Amino acid sequence: MKARIKVMLKNGVLDPQGKAIEGALDTLGFPNVASVRQGKFFEVELDEKDPAKARATIDDISTKLLANTVIENYTIEIDEK
Amino acid sequence: MKSAVIVFPGSNRERDMLTALEKITGTKPLAVWHAETELPKVDLVVLPGGFSYGDYLRTGAIAARAPIMADVKKKADSGVHVLGVCNGFQMLCESGLLPGILMRNNHLKFVCRHVKLETANADTAFTNKYTQGEVWRCPVAHGDGNYFTDAETLARLEGENRVTFRYAEGTNPNGSLNDIAGIINARGNVMGLMPHPENEIEELNGGIEGRALFESLLETVA
Repeated sequence: MKARIKVMLKNGVLDPQGKAIEGALDTLGFPNVASVRQGKFFEVELDEKDPAKARATIDDISTKLLANTVIENYTIEIDEK
Repeated sequence: MKSAVIVFPGSNRERDMLTALEKITGTKPLAVWHAETELPKVDLVVLPGGFSYGDYLRTGAIAARAPIMADVKKKADSGVHVLGVCNGFQMLCESGLLPGILMRNNHLKFVCRHVKLETANADTAFTNKYTQGEVWRCPVAHGDGNYFTDAETLARLEGENRVTFRYAEGTNPNGSLNDIAGIINARGNVMGLMPHPENEIEELNGGIEGRALFESLLETVA
């Protein structure tokens, strides 16, 4: 079973990297780009058949390591195929 | 005072720390590899600066989950003093021993220069050889030193007088909240700071104002 985890900075947390990308896009001539936020994306292969258990494991992994919940939120997608 | 410095893959200030500890405390510290699971009996554990695990994921994030860290937490809970400098401060935050997180410097550049630090709380085991409000010179060298936490935690840190050092005289090099350069836990035995006092201990460094931090520990811990 494959899981995809997206980690993004919480709203209101300054994202200097996103801002730098935003600036570069402006330089490249994309005046209609309003804002950019940078995040992280993980793919995790699990030896697990039960989607509920898989979700619980991924949730645990996300809070213990992949995201720092002081500044980041995460969303999980489980591919049940 | 017996001390141990934990060495992680990618640490690079551990020798400076070992040298400073030996010169100032007079006792040779132990270097402990991160893959160990038990610390020797010591009065002080130090997490040194560097780029553990190449700063992968988040600075200090992988190191904070290294095998030795379970015992570091256990020792901290039992009252052993723990000092984290730079990458070590990032590890303390990632491991939950200190609140908050060190984010990318607000200007996105690595900073390597001297700053002015104000001793904001001189009544701790780590700071008692400074005087309250004293401003001293110390080097910084980091890309992720921008201290951040939620408003409630920040208010608690300030209310409980747990900010030990602040960047002074407009020298905040990273955008850190409230100019925070160092904080301490509620019990007063775990402190982290971004600047490098171990690199300001003899005249060759250009100053000796970092010595007082180690002298404070020498006086109170052992």
